[in-house]
Amino acid sequence: MVSITETLREKKVLVADGGWGTLLIAAGMQAGECPELWNVDHPDVVRRIAEDYINAGSDIISTNSFGGTRCKLDAFGLGDRAAELNEAAARLSREAAGPDMHVLASIGPSGKFLITGEISEDALYEAFKEQAQALERGGADACIVETFSAIDEACTAIRAVKENTALEIICSFTYASTAGGTPRTMMGVTPAEMAAACLEAGADGLGANCSFGSEDMVAVVRALREAAPEAPILVNPNAGQPVQSENGIVYPETPEFMAGFVPRLIEAGANIVGGCCGTTPEHICAIRAEVNKHLH
Amino acid sequence: MSDMEIVDRIAMCVERGKVDKNAPYPPDMKGLDGVKELTAQALAGGMDPNIVLTCGLMAGMSVVGKKFSKNEVFVPDLLMAAKAMNAGMEQLKPAFDSGAAKHKGTFIIGTVQGDLHDIGKNLVRMMLEGAGWKVIDLGVDTPPEKFLAELEKNPGAVVGLSALLTTTMVNMDKTVKLIREKVPATIVCVGGAPLTQEFCDKIGADAYAPDPQGIIEYLDEKICNN
Repeated sequence: MVSITETLREKKVLVADGGWGTLLIAAGMQAGECPELWNVDHPDVVRRIAEDYINAGSDIISTNSFGGTRCKLDAFGLGDRAAELNEAAARLSREAAGPDMHVLASIGPSGKFLITGEISEDALYEAFKEQAQALERGGADACIVETFSAIDEACTAIRAVKENTALEIICSFTYASTAGGTPRTMMGVTPAEMAAACLEAGADGLGANCSFGSEDMVAVVRALREAAPEAPILVNPNAGQPVQSENGIVYPETPEFMAGFVPRLIEAGANIVGGCCGTTPEHICAIRAEVNKHLH
Repeated sequence: MSDMEIVDRIAMCVERGKVDKNAPYPPDMKGLDGVKELTAQALAGGMDPNIVLTCGLMAGMSVVGKKFSKNEVFVPDLLMAAKAMNAGMEQLKPAFDSGAAKHKGTFIIGTVQGDLHDIGKNLVRMMLEGAGWKVIDLGVDTPPEKFLAELEKNPGAVVGLSALLTTTMVNMDKTVKLIREKVPATIVCVGGAPLTQEFCDKIGADAYAPDPQGIIEYLDEKICNN
Protein backbone atom coordinates (compact mmCIF):
# COMPACT_ATOMS: atom_id res chain seq x y z
CA MET A 1 0.00 0.00 0.00
CA VAL A 2 1.21 3.51 -0.83
CA SER A 3 2.07 5.48 2.32
CA ILE A 4 0.23 8.62 3.43
CA THR A 5 3.45 10.56 2.85
CA GLU A 6 3.54 9.26 -0.74
CA THR A 7 -0.16 9.91 -1.30
CA LEU A 8 0.33 13.52 -0.15
CA ARG A 9 3.00 14.12 -2.79
CA GLU A 10 0.30 13.64 -5.44
CA LYS A 11 -2.87 14.82 -3.72
CA LYS A 12 -1.44 17.72 -1.68
CA VAL A 13 -4.24 17.76 0.91
CA LEU A 14 -6.15 14.85 2.45
CA VAL A 15 -9.28 14.89 4.57
CA ALA A 16 -9.22 12.95 7.83
CA ASP A 17 -12.32 11.98 9.84
CA GLY A 18 -14.12 13.63 12.78
CA GLY A 19 -14.99 12.72 16.36
CA TRP A 20 -15.70 9.11 17.31
CA GLY A 21 -16.72 9.60 20.93
CA THR A 22 -19.28 12.16 19.79
CA LEU A 23 -20.93 9.59 17.49
CA LEU A 24 -20.71 6.70 19.98
CA ILE A 25 -22.52 8.89 22.51
CA ALA A 26 -25.15 9.74 19.89
CA ALA A 27 -25.52 5.97 19.34
CA GLY A 28 -26.26 5.43 23.03
CA MET A 29 -22.91 4.95 24.75
CA GLN A 30 -23.26 6.04 28.38
CA ALA A 31 -20.78 7.95 30.52
CA GLY A 32 -18.60 5.41 32.28
CA GLU A 33 -18.72 2.82 29.50
CA CYS A 34 -15.50 1.64 27.86
CA PRO A 35 -15.64 2.91 24.24
CA GLU A 36 -13.27 0.20 22.96
CA LEU A 37 -15.58 -2.55 24.27
CA TRP A 38 -18.07 -1.40 21.63
CA ASN A 39 -15.70 -2.90 19.01
CA VAL A 40 -16.85 -6.35 20.09
CA ASP A 41 -20.23 -5.64 21.73
CA HIS A 42 -21.60 -3.29 19.04
CA PRO A 43 -19.41 -3.83 15.96
CA ASP A 44 -22.14 -2.65 13.57
CA VAL A 45 -22.33 0.73 15.29
CA VAL A 46 -18.55 1.19 15.17
CA ARG A 47 -18.28 0.08 11.51
CA ARG A 48 -21.14 2.42 10.66
CA ILE A 49 -19.24 5.40 12.13
CA ALA A 50 -16.29 4.63 9.85
CA GLU A 51 -18.65 4.26 6.87
CA ASP A 52 -20.40 7.54 7.65
CA TYR A 53 -17.08 9.39 7.66
CA ILE A 54 -15.96 7.72 4.45
CA ASN A 55 -19.28 8.65 2.81
CA ALA A 56 -18.83 12.21 4.08
CA GLY A 57 -15.55 12.44 2.21
CA SER A 58 -12.72 11.27 4.51
CA ASP A 59 -9.62 10.04 2.66
CA ILE A 60 -8.25 8.58 5.88
CA ILE A 61 -10.28 6.72 8.49
CA SER A 62 -9.30 6.33 12.13
CA THR A 63 -10.17 3.53 14.57
CA ASN A 64 -12.09 3.28 17.83
CA SER A 65 -8.99 2.59 19.90
CA PHE A 66 -7.98 5.90 21.49
CA GLY A 67 -8.07 4.49 25.03
CA GLY A 68 -6.86 1.05 23.92
CA THR A 69 -3.62 0.74 25.86
CA ARG A 70 -3.61 -1.82 28.64
CA CYS A 71 -3.04 1.09 31.06
CA LYS A 72 -6.37 2.70 30.16
CA LEU A 73 -8.35 -0.53 29.74
CA ASP A 74 -7.26 -1.66 33.21
CA ALA A 75 -9.60 0.97 34.66
CA PHE A 76 -12.51 -1.04 33.22
CA GLY A 77 -10.99 -4.39 34.19
CA LEU A 78 -10.33 -5.00 30.47
CA GLY A 79 -6.51 -4.76 30.36
CA ASP A 80 -6.13 -8.40 29.38
CA ARG A 81 -8.40 -7.87 26.37
CA ALA A 82 -6.23 -5.08 24.92
CA ALA A 83 -5.07 -7.10 21.91
CA GLU A 84 -8.57 -8.35 21.09
CA LEU A 85 -10.24 -4.92 21.38
CA ASN A 86 -7.59 -3.14 19.31
CA GLU A 87 -7.52 -5.79 16.61
CA ALA A 88 -11.31 -5.53 16.36
CA ALA A 89 -11.08 -1.74 16.13
CA ALA A 90 -8.73 -1.86 13.15
CA ARG A 91 -10.67 -4.67 11.48
CA LEU A 92 -13.95 -2.70 11.59
CA SER A 93 -12.35 0.40 10.06
CA ARG A 94 -10.59 -1.71 7.43
CA GLU A 95 -13.91 -3.40 6.54
CA ALA A 96 -15.46 0.03 6.03
CA ALA A 97 -12.45 1.42 4.16
CA GLY A 98 -11.81 -1.43 1.73
CA PRO A 99 -8.29 -2.37 0.68
CA ASP A 100 -7.07 0.92 -0.81
CA MET A 101 -7.91 3.56 1.75
CA HIS A 102 -5.69 4.52 4.69
CA VAL A 103 -6.70 3.22 8.10
CA LEU A 104 -4.96 5.50 10.62
CA ALA A 105 -5.23 3.66 13.93
CA SER A 106 -5.73 5.82 17.01
CA ILE A 107 -3.28 5.49 19.93
CA GLY A 108 -3.97 7.81 22.88
CA PRO A 109 -1.90 8.56 25.98
CA SER A 110 -1.68 6.19 28.95
CA GLY A 111 -2.90 8.77 31.48
CA LYS A 112 0.25 8.16 33.52
CA PHE A 113 3.41 10.23 34.00
CA LEU A 114 6.92 8.92 33.42
CA ILE A 115 8.48 11.88 35.27
CA THR A 116 7.04 10.89 38.65
CA GLY A 117 7.83 7.20 38.24
CA GLU A 118 4.10 6.40 38.21
CA ILE A 119 4.83 3.99 35.35
CA SER A 120 8.16 2.67 34.06
CA GLU A 121 9.34 3.31 30.53
CA ASP A 122 9.47 -0.45 29.93
CA ALA A 123 5.86 -0.98 31.01
CA LEU A 124 4.74 1.95 28.87
CA TYR A 125 6.70 0.69 25.85
CA GLU A 126 5.15 -2.78 26.21
CA ALA A 127 1.63 -1.33 26.44
CA PHE A 128 2.05 0.70 23.23
CA LYS A 129 3.75 -2.23 21.49
CA GLU A 130 0.87 -4.57 22.35
CA GLN A 131 -1.68 -2.03 21.09
CA ALA A 132 0.17 -1.19 17.86
CA GLN A 133 0.78 -4.81 16.93
CA ALA A 134 -2.91 -5.62 17.42
CA LEU A 135 -3.97 -2.62 15.34
CA GLU A 136 -1.65 -3.74 12.55
CA ARG A 137 -3.01 -7.30 12.71
CA GLY A 138 -6.51 -5.88 12.39
CA GLY A 139 -5.60 -4.13 9.15
CA ALA A 140 -4.32 -0.62 9.94
CA ASP A 141 -1.55 0.68 7.66
CA ALA A 142 -0.75 3.76 9.72
CA CYS A 143 -1.29 5.08 13.22
CA ILE A 144 -1.83 8.40 14.91
CA VAL A 145 -0.22 8.77 18.31
CA GLU A 146 -2.65 11.51 19.32
CA THR A 147 -3.61 13.99 22.03
CA PHE A 148 -0.25 13.64 23.75
CA SER A 149 1.27 16.36 25.92
CA ALA A 150 4.55 14.88 27.20
CA ILE A 151 7.56 14.35 24.94
CA ASP A 152 8.90 11.38 26.93
CA GLU A 153 5.64 9.43 26.66
CA ALA A 154 5.09 10.28 22.97
CA CYS A 155 8.63 9.23 22.05
CA THR A 156 8.18 5.95 23.94
CA ALA A 157 5.00 5.33 21.93
CA ILE A 158 6.67 6.23 18.63
CA ARG A 159 9.59 3.89 19.33
CA ALA A 160 7.25 1.07 20.37
CA VAL A 161 5.32 1.39 17.08
CA LYS A 162 8.42 1.89 14.91
CA GLU A 163 10.40 -1.02 16.34
CA ASN A 164 7.57 -3.55 16.30
CA THR A 165 5.30 -2.76 13.33
CA ALA A 166 5.43 -1.40 9.78
CA LEU A 167 2.79 1.24 10.56
CA GLU A 168 3.42 4.75 9.27
CA ILE A 169 3.35 7.12 12.28
CA ILE A 170 1.78 10.54 12.69
CA CYS A 171 2.27 12.07 16.13
CA SER A 172 -0.20 14.73 17.27
CA PHE A 173 -0.10 16.79 20.48
CA THR A 174 -2.82 18.81 22.18
CA TYR A 175 -2.08 22.46 22.95
CA ALA A 176 -3.48 25.24 25.09
CA SER A 177 -3.03 29.01 25.07
CA THR A 178 -0.51 30.45 27.50
CA ALA A 179 -0.03 33.89 28.98
CA GLY A 180 3.12 34.36 26.92
CA GLY A 181 1.18 33.79 23.69
CA THR A 182 3.02 30.64 22.61
CA PRO A 183 0.75 27.57 22.49
CA ARG A 184 2.09 24.86 24.79
CA THR A 185 0.89 21.48 26.02
CA MET A 186 0.04 21.13 29.71
CA MET A 187 3.56 19.76 30.13
CA GLY A 188 4.94 23.01 28.78
CA VAL A 189 5.97 21.68 25.36
CA THR A 190 5.91 24.05 22.35
CA PRO A 191 5.07 22.89 18.80
CA ALA A 192 8.71 23.40 17.79
CA GLU A 193 10.03 21.26 20.67
CA MET A 194 7.45 18.58 19.95
CA ALA A 195 8.27 18.52 16.22
CA ALA A 196 12.01 18.12 16.76
CA ALA A 197 11.64 15.36 19.38
CA CYS A 198 8.97 13.33 17.54
CA LEU A 199 10.75 13.39 14.18
CA GLU A 200 13.96 12.37 15.94
CA ALA A 201 12.13 9.45 17.59
CA GLY A 202 10.92 8.28 14.18
CA ALA A 203 7.53 9.89 13.47
CA ASP A 204 6.72 10.26 9.76
CA GLY A 205 4.24 13.09 10.24
CA LEU A 206 3.17 15.58 12.91
CA GLY A 207 -0.09 17.03 14.05
CA ALA A 208 -2.25 18.92 16.51
CA ASN A 209 -5.66 17.79 17.72
CA CYS A 210 -8.30 18.39 20.39
CA SER A 211 -8.56 21.27 22.95
CA PHE A 212 -8.42 24.10 20.41
CA GLY A 213 -11.16 25.04 17.97
CA SER A 214 -10.35 25.91 14.35
CA GLU A 215 -9.11 29.47 14.80
CA ASP A 216 -6.51 28.75 17.50
CA MET A 217 -5.11 25.86 15.46
CA VAL A 218 -3.80 28.17 12.71
CA ALA A 219 -0.85 29.38 14.83
CA VAL A 220 -0.05 25.82 15.99
CA VAL A 221 0.03 24.53 12.42
CA ARG A 222 2.25 27.44 11.34
CA ALA A 223 4.70 26.69 14.16
CA LEU A 224 4.78 22.99 13.28
CA ARG A 225 5.36 23.80 9.59
CA GLU A 226 8.23 26.14 10.45
CA ALA A 227 9.83 23.41 12.56
CA ALA A 228 9.22 20.66 9.99
CA PRO A 229 9.15 22.01 6.41
CA GLU A 230 8.77 18.58 4.79
CA ALA A 231 6.66 16.42 7.13
CA PRO A 232 2.95 15.70 6.61
CA ILE A 233 1.01 17.85 9.09
CA LEU A 234 -2.42 16.85 10.33
CA VAL A 235 -4.83 19.16 12.12
CA ASN A 236 -7.98 17.92 13.86
CA PRO A 237 -9.59 20.82 15.79
CA ASN A 238 -12.47 20.42 18.20
CA ALA A 239 -15.79 22.00 17.21
CA GLY A 240 -14.92 24.80 19.66
CA GLN A 241 -15.15 24.82 23.45
CA PRO A 242 -18.26 23.01 24.79
CA VAL A 243 -21.08 25.20 26.09
CA GLN A 244 -24.18 24.49 28.16
CA SER A 245 -27.35 24.99 26.12
CA GLU A 246 -31.03 24.02 26.31
CA ASN A 247 -30.09 20.80 24.50
CA GLY A 248 -27.45 19.90 27.05
CA ILE A 249 -23.74 20.37 26.52
CA VAL A 250 -22.90 21.13 22.90
CA TYR A 251 -19.90 22.06 20.78
CA PRO A 252 -20.62 25.40 19.12
CA GLU A 253 -18.65 25.38 15.84
CA THR A 254 -20.90 24.52 12.89
CA PRO A 255 -19.71 22.63 9.78
CA GLU A 256 -19.72 25.89 7.82
CA PHE A 257 -17.71 27.70 10.50
CA MET A 258 -15.05 25.00 10.62
CA ALA A 259 -14.88 24.67 6.85
CA GLY A 260 -14.35 28.43 6.70
CA PHE A 261 -10.99 27.97 8.44
CA VAL A 262 -9.74 25.29 6.04
CA PRO A 263 -8.04 27.76 3.62
CA ARG A 264 -6.15 29.37 6.54
CA LEU A 265 -5.12 25.99 7.95
CA ILE A 266 -3.83 24.87 4.54
CA GLU A 267 -2.06 28.18 4.01
CA ALA A 268 -0.41 27.75 7.44
CA GLY A 269 0.96 24.40 6.32
CA ALA A 270 -1.59 21.68 7.11
CA ASN A 271 -1.99 18.91 4.54
CA ILE A 272 -4.34 16.59 6.40
CA VAL A 273 -7.46 18.27 7.79
CA GLY A 274 -10.20 16.67 9.91
CA GLY A 275 -11.87 17.16 13.27
CA CYS A 276 -11.80 16.01 16.88
CA CYS A 277 -14.36 16.27 19.73
CA GLY A 278 -17.77 17.55 18.69
CA THR A 279 -17.19 17.14 14.96
CA THR A 280 -19.48 14.90 12.90
CA PRO A 281 -19.82 13.61 9.32
CA GLU A 282 -21.56 16.92 8.49
CA HIS A 283 -18.41 18.79 9.54
CA ILE A 284 -16.25 16.47 7.42
CA CYS A 285 -18.59 16.90 4.46
CA ALA A 286 -18.18 20.69 4.67
CA ILE A 287 -14.40 20.40 5.14
CA ARG A 288 -14.27 18.04 2.11
CA ALA A 289 -16.06 20.58 -0.08
CA GLU A 290 -13.63 23.31 0.98
CA VAL A 291 -10.57 21.09 0.41
CA ASN A 292 -11.90 20.21 -3.08
CA LYS A 293 -12.00 23.92 -3.94
CA HIS A 294 -8.37 24.12 -2.93
CA LEU A 295 -7.38 21.10 -5.00
CA HIS A 296 -8.97 22.42 -8.21
CA MET B 1 21.76 27.07 59.53
CA SER B 2 19.46 29.43 61.43
CA ASP B 3 15.74 28.66 61.67
CA MET B 4 15.02 31.20 58.96
CA GLU B 5 17.70 29.78 56.70
CA ILE B 6 16.42 26.24 57.07
CA VAL B 7 12.78 27.10 56.26
CA ASP B 8 13.92 29.17 53.28
CA ARG B 9 15.97 26.21 52.13
CA ILE B 10 12.94 23.89 52.52
CA ALA B 11 10.82 26.31 50.45
CA MET B 12 13.48 26.43 47.76
CA CYS B 13 13.75 22.61 47.64
CA VAL B 14 9.96 22.30 47.30
CA GLU B 15 9.98 24.84 44.51
CA ARG B 16 12.77 23.02 42.68
CA GLY B 17 11.26 19.57 43.30
CA LYS B 18 14.21 18.28 45.35
CA VAL B 19 12.70 15.34 47.26
CA ASP B 20 15.63 13.92 49.20
CA LYS B 21 19.41 13.54 49.14
CA ASN B 22 19.34 10.56 46.77
CA ALA B 23 16.91 12.09 44.28
CA PRO B 24 18.50 12.62 40.84
CA TYR B 25 16.19 15.56 40.13
CA PRO B 26 16.98 18.40 39.65
CA PRO B 27 20.40 17.48 38.26
CA ASP B 28 22.15 20.61 39.59
CA MET B 29 21.24 19.66 43.20
CA LYS B 30 22.59 16.14 43.11
CA GLY B 31 23.83 14.90 46.48
CA LEU B 32 22.43 17.85 48.43
CA ASP B 33 19.89 17.52 51.23
CA GLY B 34 16.28 17.63 50.01
CA VAL B 35 12.96 18.43 51.64
CA LYS B 36 12.96 15.15 53.57
CA GLU B 37 16.30 15.72 55.34
CA LEU B 38 15.79 19.45 55.89
CA THR B 39 12.32 18.99 57.40
CA ALA B 40 13.61 16.25 59.70
CA GLN B 41 16.50 18.51 60.78
CA ALA B 42 14.17 21.44 61.45
CA LEU B 43 11.85 19.33 63.61
CA ALA B 44 14.74 17.64 65.43
CA GLY B 45 16.07 21.12 66.23
CA GLY B 46 12.80 21.87 68.00
CA MET B 47 11.26 24.20 65.42
CA ASP B 48 7.49 24.75 65.57
CA PRO B 49 5.92 22.34 63.05
CA ASN B 50 3.50 25.09 61.95
CA ILE B 51 6.43 27.33 61.00
CA VAL B 52 8.04 24.49 59.04
CA LEU B 53 4.71 23.90 57.30
CA THR B 54 3.74 27.48 56.48
CA CYS B 55 7.10 29.19 55.95
CA GLY B 56 8.81 26.17 54.41
CA LEU B 57 6.62 23.66 52.58
CA MET B 58 3.61 25.88 51.85
CA ALA B 59 5.77 28.85 50.89
CA GLY B 60 7.56 26.73 48.29
CA MET B 61 4.32 25.33 46.85
CA SER B 62 2.80 28.79 46.73
CA VAL B 63 5.62 30.03 44.49
CA VAL B 64 5.09 27.07 42.15
CA GLY B 65 1.30 27.51 42.12
CA LYS B 66 1.56 31.19 41.25
CA LYS B 67 4.10 30.56 38.51
CA PHE B 68 1.89 27.76 37.14
CA SER B 69 -1.14 30.02 36.87
CA LYS B 70 1.00 32.55 34.97
CA ASN B 71 2.27 29.76 32.63
CA GLU B 72 5.84 30.30 33.83
CA VAL B 73 6.11 26.66 34.92
CA PHE B 74 4.12 23.61 33.79
CA VAL B 75 2.72 20.29 35.00
CA PRO B 76 6.11 18.54 35.39
CA ASP B 77 7.31 21.29 37.76
CA LEU B 78 4.10 20.99 39.74
CA LEU B 79 4.39 17.20 39.97
CA MET B 80 7.97 17.33 41.19
CA ALA B 81 7.24 20.11 43.70
CA ALA B 82 4.32 18.10 45.07
CA LYS B 83 6.49 15.02 45.36
CA ALA B 84 9.06 17.02 47.32
CA MET B 85 6.38 18.52 49.53
CA ASN B 86 4.97 15.09 50.30
CA ALA B 87 8.39 14.03 51.59
CA GLY B 88 8.16 16.91 54.07
CA MET B 89 4.55 16.11 54.99
CA GLU B 90 5.62 12.56 55.89
CA GLN B 91 8.02 14.05 58.43
CA LEU B 92 5.25 16.29 59.77
CA LYS B 93 2.72 13.47 60.15
CA PRO B 94 3.32 12.95 63.90
CA ALA B 95 2.82 16.70 64.42
CA PHE B 96 -0.51 16.58 62.57
CA ASP B 97 -1.55 13.48 64.55
CA SER B 98 -0.79 15.18 67.88
CA GLY B 99 -2.46 18.45 66.85
CA ALA B 100 0.81 20.42 66.95
CA ALA B 101 0.36 21.19 63.25
CA LYS B 102 -3.04 22.17 61.86
CA HIS B 103 -4.72 22.03 58.46
CA LYS B 104 -6.64 25.00 57.05
CA GLY B 105 -9.67 22.78 56.68
CA THR B 106 -10.94 19.65 54.92
CA PHE B 107 -11.43 19.45 51.18
CA ILE B 108 -13.28 16.49 49.65
CA ILE B 109 -12.27 15.93 46.04
CA GLY B 110 -13.28 13.48 43.31
CA THR B 111 -13.86 13.02 39.59
CA VAL B 112 -17.60 12.83 38.96
CA GLN B 113 -19.58 9.73 38.08
CA GLY B 114 -18.85 8.19 34.68
CA ASP B 115 -15.48 9.92 34.32
CA LEU B 116 -12.24 8.00 34.86
CA HIS B 117 -9.80 10.87 34.29
CA ASP B 118 -7.66 11.74 37.28
CA ILE B 119 -4.74 13.91 36.18
CA GLY B 120 -6.47 17.24 36.79
CA LYS B 121 -8.05 16.06 40.02
CA ASN B 122 -4.69 14.81 41.30
CA LEU B 123 -2.97 18.11 40.48
CA VAL B 124 -5.59 20.03 42.45
CA ARG B 125 -5.26 17.59 45.35
CA MET B 126 -1.48 18.01 45.44
CA MET B 127 -1.69 21.79 45.31
CA LEU B 128 -4.34 21.96 48.03
CA GLU B 129 -2.28 19.70 50.27
CA GLY B 130 0.62 22.01 49.54
CA ALA B 131 -1.53 24.94 50.60
CA GLY B 132 -2.24 23.35 53.98
CA TRP B 133 -5.57 21.59 53.36
CA LYS B 134 -6.44 18.11 54.52
CA VAL B 135 -7.67 16.47 51.32
CA ILE B 136 -9.96 13.45 51.17
CA ASP B 137 -9.66 11.99 47.67
CA LEU B 138 -12.68 9.91 46.59
CA GLY B 139 -10.96 8.91 43.34
CA VAL B 140 -12.64 8.70 39.93
CA ASP B 141 -16.19 7.75 38.86
CA THR B 142 -17.63 9.13 42.11
CA PRO B 143 -21.45 8.99 42.47
CA PRO B 144 -23.19 12.11 43.90
CA GLU B 145 -24.25 10.09 46.98
CA LYS B 146 -20.62 9.28 47.79
CA PHE B 147 -19.71 12.97 47.87
CA LEU B 148 -22.69 13.59 50.14
CA ALA B 149 -21.86 10.71 52.50
CA GLU B 150 -18.27 11.97 52.88
CA LEU B 151 -19.52 15.50 53.45
CA GLU B 152 -21.85 14.29 56.20
CA LYS B 153 -18.89 12.59 57.87
CA ASN B 154 -16.88 15.82 57.64
CA PRO B 155 -19.19 18.73 58.43
CA GLY B 156 -18.01 22.04 57.03
CA ALA B 157 -15.73 20.46 54.43
CA VAL B 158 -15.34 22.08 51.03
CA VAL B 159 -16.23 19.88 48.04
CA GLY B 160 -14.31 19.87 44.73
CA LEU B 161 -15.66 18.21 41.57
CA SER B 162 -13.58 17.34 38.51
CA ALA B 163 -14.68 16.35 34.99
CA LEU B 164 -12.86 16.02 31.68
CA LEU B 165 -15.61 14.58 29.51
CA THR B 166 -18.47 16.72 28.24
CA THR B 167 -20.74 13.72 28.78
CA THR B 168 -19.99 13.70 32.50
CA MET B 169 -20.39 17.44 33.05
CA VAL B 170 -24.10 16.71 33.60
CA ASN B 171 -23.14 14.53 36.57
CA MET B 172 -21.39 17.56 38.02
CA ASP B 173 -24.73 19.35 37.81
CA LYS B 174 -26.47 16.43 39.59
CA THR B 175 -23.85 16.33 42.34
CA VAL B 176 -24.11 20.08 42.99
CA LYS B 177 -27.92 19.80 43.16
CA LEU B 178 -27.80 16.95 45.67
CA ILE B 179 -25.32 18.79 47.90
CA ARG B 180 -27.33 22.02 47.68
CA GLU B 181 -30.46 20.13 48.69
CA LYS B 182 -28.96 18.26 51.65
CA VAL B 183 -26.18 20.52 52.95
CA PRO B 184 -26.94 23.93 51.40
CA ALA B 185 -24.14 25.93 53.02
CA THR B 186 -21.38 23.77 51.52
CA ILE B 187 -18.80 25.49 49.34
CA VAL B 188 -18.60 23.58 46.04
CA CYS B 189 -15.70 24.15 43.62
CA VAL B 190 -15.60 22.79 40.07
CA GLY B 191 -12.82 22.33 37.54
CA GLY B 192 -11.75 20.50 34.39
CA ALA B 193 -10.60 21.21 30.85
CA PRO B 194 -14.04 21.67 29.20
CA LEU B 195 -15.43 23.85 32.03
CA THR B 196 -16.06 27.57 32.04
CA GLN B 197 -17.18 30.16 34.62
CA GLU B 198 -20.47 30.27 32.74
CA PHE B 199 -21.04 26.55 33.31
CA CYS B 200 -20.11 26.93 36.98
CA ASP B 201 -22.70 29.70 37.36
CA LYS B 202 -25.36 27.74 35.50
CA ILE B 203 -25.11 24.68 37.74
CA GLY B 204 -24.92 26.82 40.88
CA ALA B 205 -21.42 25.91 42.04
CA ASP B 206 -19.53 28.46 44.14
CA ALA B 207 -16.21 28.62 42.38
CA TYR B 208 -14.45 27.69 39.17
CA ALA B 209 -10.82 28.31 38.32
CA PRO B 210 -8.81 27.32 35.27
CA ASP B 211 -5.89 26.29 37.50
CA PRO B 212 -5.37 25.03 41.11
CA GLN B 213 -3.97 28.35 42.35
CA GLY B 214 -7.28 30.06 41.55
CA ILE B 215 -9.13 27.73 43.93
CA ILE B 216 -6.49 28.11 46.64
CA GLU B 217 -6.78 31.90 46.46
CA TYR B 218 -10.58 31.73 46.41
CA LEU B 219 -10.59 29.60 49.56
CA ASP B 220 -8.00 31.81 51.29
CA GLU B 221 -10.22 34.80 50.60
CA LYS B 222 -13.49 33.08 51.48
CA ILE B 223 -12.58 31.00 54.52
CA CYS B 224 -9.16 31.61 55.92
CA ASN B 225 -9.43 35.41 56.05
CA ASN B 226 -12.84 35.39 57.74
